[in-house]
Amino acid sequence: MKLPLGERKDEEENKAFLKFSPKLIEALMKMQEIELEDVDIDVGDLEIHLQPGAVAAAPRVVAPPVKKIKPSTIIEVDFIPPVETYSGRIAEVQLGATKSDGGTRGKSIIIGGERSPAYYLFENPTPHPPVVTLDVFDMKVPLAKAVKMHVEEVVENPVAWAKLAVDKFGAEMITLHLVSIDPLLKDTSPLEAARTVENVLQAVDVPIVIGGCGDPQKDLKVFEKVAAVAEGERVLLSSITLDMDIEKAAQAAKKHGHVALAFTSMDLNHARELNRKLYEYLPKEQIIMDTTTAALGYGLDYAFTVMERARLAGLMGDPELQHPLSSGTTNAWAAREAWMKMAPEWGPRELRGPIWETVTALTLMLAGVDVFMMMHPAAVKTAKDVIGKLTQGGGRSKPEQISDWVTLKI
Amino acid sequence: MSEKPSVRELSPIDVYMLLPKTNCKKCGLENCMAFATKLVNREIALELCTPLLEKQYEKAYQKLWDMLKPPVKEVTIGTGDKAVKIGGKLVMYRHELAYFNPTAIAIDVTDEMPEEEVLLRLKKTEGFSYIYIGKELKLDMIAIRSTSNDPEKFRITVKKVAENTQLPLILCSLHPEVVEAGLMTAPKARPLIYAATRDNWKDMAELALMYNCPLAVFAPNDLKLLRSLTKTLTEYGVQDLVLDPGTFPNDGIADTISNLTMIRRAVFKRGDELLGFPILGVPLTAWAERADVDEVNMWNEAYLAAVLINRYVDALIMHSAEGWVLLPTTVLRQNVYTDPRKPVAVEPGLKAFGQPDENSPLMMTTNFALTYYTVASDIESSGINCYLMIVDTEGLAVDSSVAGRKLTAERVAEALKTLKAEDKVKHRKLIIPGKAARLSGEIQELSGWEVLVGPRDSSEIPKYLQEKWQ
Repeated sequence: MKLPLGERKDEEENKAFLKFSPKLIEALMKMQEIELEDVDIDVGDLEIHLQPGAVAAAPRVVAPPVKKIKPSTIIEVDFIPPVETYSGRIAEVQLGATKSDGGTRGKSIIIGGERSPAYYLFENPTPHPPVVTLDVFDMKVPLAKAVKMHVEEVVENPVAWAKLAVDKFGAEMITLHLVSIDPLLKDTSPLEAARTVENVLQAVDVPIVIGGCGDPQKDLKVFEKVAAVAEGERVLLSSITLDMDIEKAAQAAKKHGHVALAFTSMDLNHARELNRKLYEYLPKEQIIMDTTTAALGYGLDYAFTVMERARLAGLMGDPELQHPLSSGTTNAWAAREAWMKMAPEWGPRELRGPIWETVTALTLMLAGVDVFMMMHPAAVKTAKDVIGKLTQGGGRSKPEQISDWVTLKI
Repeated sequence: MSEKPSVRELSPIDVYMLLPKTNCKKCGLENCMAFATKLVNREIALELCTPLLEKQYEKAYQKLWDMLKPPVKEVTIGTGDKAVKIGGKLVMYRHELAYFNPTAIAIDVTDEMPEEEVLLRLKKTEGFSYIYIGKELKLDMIAIRSTSNDPEKFRITVKKVAENTQLPLILCSLHPEVVEAGLMTAPKARPLIYAATRDNWKDMAELALMYNCPLAVFAPNDLKLLRSLTKTLTEYGVQDLVLDPGTFPNDGIADTISNLTMIRRAVFKRGDELLGFPILGVPLTAWAERADVDEVNMWNEAYLAAVLINRYVDALIMHSAEGWVLLPTTVLRQNVYTDPRKPVAVEPGLKAFGQPDENSPLMMTTNFALTYYTVASDIESSGINCYLMIVDTEGLAVDSSVAGRKLTAERVAEALKTLKAEDKVKHRKLIIPGKAARLSGEIQELSGWEVLVGPRDSSEIPKYLQEKWQ
């Protein structure tokens, strides 16, 4: 499910763009001056195609005649922030465990706990910042070029990939996708998959997500093994689905102290049903929901609305939807506008791709997502920046900075 | 404050009681109840009930109009074919009904830009076009900023712009004499005036009344002032207002989101009429905290625009005209303003492309509209003769429907049978999408058809068929 879309292999490489994207990230990181001499930005030489619009004519607006005395000074009125209270609260879930609580992670992360819709900061501050977890794959997978260029050296080595994600891209969490266990791919055995997990757990000390291949039988076998070797680490098992043997999957999480990611396909009734089944074995604090992420332009509106509805329902008191939300934001790369070479006026895909992932992430952030599974370093960087600013809360705008934006020289 | 039921709570019965109840069918529907239902769903205009406009129904008409009036006022900018309507929002959350009037996007020019640059930006703005699910994504307006504060310079630029575009205009200056110079050059264009502030509101109100223009109200991070100004201006006689609570880039994004959310919450939960106007967002402010690298500024502007479109903003002023900035912006707008009541799905079935015969390939896709249109356009543009089977996946794309078990071997086998695929082609080969590869064995088993795994993206269909088909 979280696999990115492949790209055309026969496209020629554009060296300038290859240099460009890492520099963009550097610039975003440091806001430093960077050289751009060898970069082609396609602005000046566009062929413009004029087409008449098809906008309907506006109806005439009939304004009622106003016969009042015109005020000469501002009529002062008050504004009272429209604060509401909610009967429900989203569960707090801890990911990763340190030595003091039975694991070996350098730190653990708590998410959830919301008492208001996402970023209704006039009501309540954000209790815990959402977490961004970076994708790592256990075998070579088709990756968009804009992504591949950042991980080229490690694509066949999940341990090195995990280290790169943490050391270079500052990942606070990683997702180890055990793609190779897929019976249609390498059919890696549960034992071997568990070994990869052990190696990654030793190589990095951030909390981790374990991703399966999407085959419910095989995933379950692997989860049972992995849960045992990762005993006490409070990993997130991604994911448990309605067509899995839920009892076995939940027992694996319960017995070894992990968290279940309950995955359903854009259907709140299914989400409730799966959560209900999990409650027989797991406390609320060990369940996160994923109601499916579709890419910008490819059903993001559905994904957004299902998540927003889930969150609002949870806050209004629906006890079966009071879980933090997780998003496979990497799915943004399924949009061809993200990875495909397009006509020059649409700009280099090295920028289009990561902004596509960024917009997908920020949209779902506003629906209430707590866990973002992401891929491109620039998108990750921006998502984390915005999370930081939103978590710090209001009162930090500088009205003087924009009070004269009209005359801003650009 | 308002005690009338929210549009969500409005029932067709409430509306029906005020209609003539004669079932005259003049509106084109069978009876008044059907008309009432459509009214509540915002699928028909009240004025189509022509008897209502007669004198005897005057009171009922007024009541209905009030009842159905959107809590966020609809404001028109510009005139003629390209006029833009903003606001008119009926709900806070899109799932409660649907959002109407997609966020209008304006690109800026200034009165200190060289003429060629102004013209180039107009041309780019007007020429922007992207086809997405059979719809054309376009830009909507031009914002002219006076960076000179010189009325004469502004007049010349407004004249130049008005001569070269039909797009509605936003005239931006906090100095009334500058705005006036612009309005005198384009007196009938009904531009949006930007903006009334604490200091200039009275002069701006006079201009708005004199030229019959909508007026933006600018009160950065001060909703009390914003409300006071809308109160004052409506009392003054200016009815078409647009709110700008300030778009704060960077560290200010929390305040930006908070203000936007409070405005709409006040309107929809508290019935606050003083804030019941469309909102203007200005992602262009991303350039106020400027990085040395322009791509970083564009990037910041792009993500700010996305946040604003999601959080209720009805119009945007942007500086970046780059395709990689505006493509995600316009696609997001299209997503957010899609009617959630209508599934984005096409009819399942078996469709012929070109002139296929019994030896032509048979391919398969899902009934998610975007998937279908993408595949169809790739097939059409390459002139291939083939059959395409559209399987009912409840409107999900290939990858999501495989993961969500909406696209299953059972469904595919059943579709092959009910659509009588064996009558169309002599061979027994089905090409499935690369992203459904996992189903190939099972489909083969259940249907008895040989399954070929096609490309992961439909743009590669022509190449695939050339290499693999016969």
